[in-house]
Amino acid sequence: MSDEHIDEISGVSTTGHEWDGIRELNNPLPRWWVWTFYITVVWAIGYTIAYPAWPLLHSSTKGVLGYSSRNEVKNELAAAEVAKGKYVAAVEAKTVAEIAADDTLREFAAAAGGAAFKVNCVQCHGSGAQGSAGFPNLNDDDWLWGGKAEQIQQTITHGIRFATDPDTRLSEMPAFSDIITADQIAQVSAYIASLSGKVHDASQIEPGAKVFAENCVACHGDNAKGNKELGGPDLTDAIWLYGSGETAIAAQVRAPKQGVMPAWGVRLGETRVKELAVYVHSLGGGE
Amino acid sequence: MKFGTQIFALSLFTFAALVAAGFGVDEPFRQHMWVLFFVLLGFVFILLRNTNFEVPAPIDPSAYMDGPIRYGAIATMFWGVIGMTVGVVIALQLAYPDLNIQPWFNFGRLRPLHTSGVVFAFGGNALLCTSLYVVQRTCRARLFGGDLAWFVFWGYQLFIVMAATGYLLGITESREYAEPEWYVDIWLTIVWVAYLILFLGTILKRKEPHIYVANWFYLSFIVTIAMLHVINNLSMPASFLGSKSYSAFSGVQDALTQWWYGHNAVGFFLTAGFLGMMYYFVPKQANRPVYSYRLSIIHFWAIIFLYIWAGPHHLHYTALPDWAQTLGMVFSIMLWMPSWGGMINGLMTLSGAWDKLRTDPIIRMMVMAIAFYGMSTFEGPMMSIKSVNSLSHYTDWTIGHVHSGALGWVGMISFGAIYFMVPKLWNRERLYSLRLVTWHFWLATLGIVVYAAVMWVSGVMQGLMWREYDEQGFLVYSFAETVAAMHPYYVMRALGGAMYLAGALIMAWNIAMTILGYQRQEEPMPGTLPVLQPAE
Repeated sequence: MSDEHIDEISGVSTTGHEWDGIRELNNPLPRWWVWTFYITVVWAIGYTIAYPAWPLLHSSTKGVLGYSSRNEVKNELAAAEVAKGKYVAAVEAKTVAEIAADDTLREFAAAAGGAAFKVNCVQCHGSGAQGSAGFPNLNDDDWLWGGKAEQIQQTITHGIRFATDPDTRLSEMPAFSDIITADQIAQVSAYIASLSGKVHDASQIEPGAKVFAENCVACHGDNAKGNKELGGPDLTDAIWLYGSGETAIAAQVRAPKQGVMPAWGVRLGETRVKELAVYVHSLGGGE
Repeated sequence: MKFGTQIFALSLFTFAALVAAGFGVDEPFRQHMWVLFFVLLGFVFILLRNTNFEVPAPIDPSAYMDGPIRYGAIATMFWGVIGMTVGVVIALQLAYPDLNIQPWFNFGRLRPLHTSGVVFAFGGNALLCTSLYVVQRTCRARLFGGDLAWFVFWGYQLFIVMAATGYLLGITESREYAEPEWYVDIWLTIVWVAYLILFLGTILKRKEPHIYVANWFYLSFIVTIAMLHVINNLSMPASFLGSKSYSAFSGVQDALTQWWYGHNAVGFFLTAGFLGMMYYFVPKQANRPVYSYRLSIIHFWAIIFLYIWAGPHHLHYTALPDWAQTLGMVFSIMLWMPSWGGMINGLMTLSGAWDKLRTDPIIRMMVMAIAFYGMSTFEGPMMSIKSVNSLSHYTDWTIGHVHSGALGWVGMISFGAIYFMVPKLWNRERLYSLRLVTWHFWLATLGIVVYAAVMWVSGVMQGLMWREYDEQGFLVYSFAETVAAMHPYYVMRALGGAMYLAGALIMAWNIAMTILGYQRQEEPMPGTLPVLQPAE
């Protein structure tokens, strides 16, 4: 099969072989291809001299630059720590009220708290801290346990109804289906709905007010404005954790849902909690 | 008796599957064995219905054995459409998570179904049938080993069915691109060794003095995949009647073995194998000699030697020691030109035939395949550079890179080869319709361009968002925010994939009509003039 053969179109000779009609031209390697290949090889050799590369029995060549990815990370982290060090020390030393009063420090703490919020808090409170059914919105000025920076700090540190923390915020609304009659629940729900302007059956409101005065004022206050010491929600505004309207209110009176927030103090440490408190306080509803 | 041995052996295996279905120690294994039982039972029934006691006609030993290749071409189209459909489904699942249907059709189970479906079922069948087509014709020899080719074909389809149903049942080794459990791995090993014997045996009985370059590439693919598959899947089953096994490796050794396998699956399955395809079908379709014999030798050995070391670039900035990361990176850079050798040889083979680009949509498809091959084999070494990788790693840029290689190179060159082979395998004068090939070409090309461009943008955006710090030194975005930002790109990506799938469906129609013997009456492609072929 090794017949001399010249390709008519290119004028180049073939290798003389033929497979199922396919021939191969005897073209040389393209020069640019060869030289680029050589350059990558030379570069590769140079790189392996500069950086850790060749395995030995128990270690490897270290490279003349002395590079190590672990050291690089260590140094970068250390540099970041140094850059933040002054501020972190100040956050550690001061109370949240003092931090909030200091413009530079507040800005730093809010940025740090914002980053921590995105990792730890958005799962329940939402990426914009807007909350959802059962999870409070942190942007508004309606606070169950108080919206001062110290109060927020206390809530984050010890959580709400978090069983393993002895200092956790604790409030437990009883299930009133065991205490009052179904009629009374309907009446008090109508009364509570009327406080925020939703009236369906005006005849229920007056007996409802009576039920309220007998059962609810201890926690929600005479005027139903709530009590932040006890975590009793304000029932006169338009903000509802478990839904507005008589049906939702009646359900909550009968068998209340009780949300739980973990105690973050142990997990995140005091400084990070302070930063979170400053951040949440800065969202717009802070008192 | 026709199929006598096969029926006897299959019946034994069917009974064994029934026993395993009864005595399996875990529920997924028992379900999987029921699947196997019914598949094998179906096989036995088909063979029983087709058996007879006539003396078989003697086989002409000089004729090529094309039966398994015909089946392989159909299987390529069948699995291609399935694998690409699953791809569009999971792309939509990423954009609209409500489309996850628990437990069988959630993203976690469908994703390996897609990757294995397109790589091993579509790509694997394309390689299997083209390699058997090419090796016979370039060796002028009938396939070695009698019915061995049929065993390899059906054995490989059984592997695909068992792998795919295993994923849906939740059976996985959690090794990327090697998810099937130990018993499916063992079966694939048997089939693959039979494939090696079949291919090598045919080369050994060749009537040509030299081995054609396409066969070097095919052989390197078969040998290396055997080695990669066996070593990566070394594991100890928790029970020989159970679906769980434990890898022989752990920790960073496990990761490195996995990516040594994973990267070379790309290197030897998706690159070397398909280069073999290119080296036969491009010169055939263009009717031109291969550009440079010397280039083919040099770039073959350079690829084979360099590719196998490049795997560690998948583990930059991890627990992998620095020295291994360095070597993975420099070998990837050195791989750039050897990979491009294939591109040069493919494209330059068309010199003297460039005018065919206007008239022959199959050549156009092959040229586009080679162009995407060149693009992704430049992008790959670039992404292996550590500073680039620190941005691109774990982002959708990687997904875009893989798909410009998979859709652009692997898909297009396979389509071209199938379009070339099918009329010859079924003795048809021509394809059902060349104009449908043009439709396929444009849908596929636009689909890839949309897919890759969208993934570049979203991948770079994702990487930049992950590393964005404010002036106080704190991360600006949470992970969930980066996910939310991806949504519009996920929708566009699904659109690109759907266009590519639409092209493949048009092809399936075209191929089916060609096989059935129809020829669409249509105007010739513009620019085509009847040219009298000179007598050779």
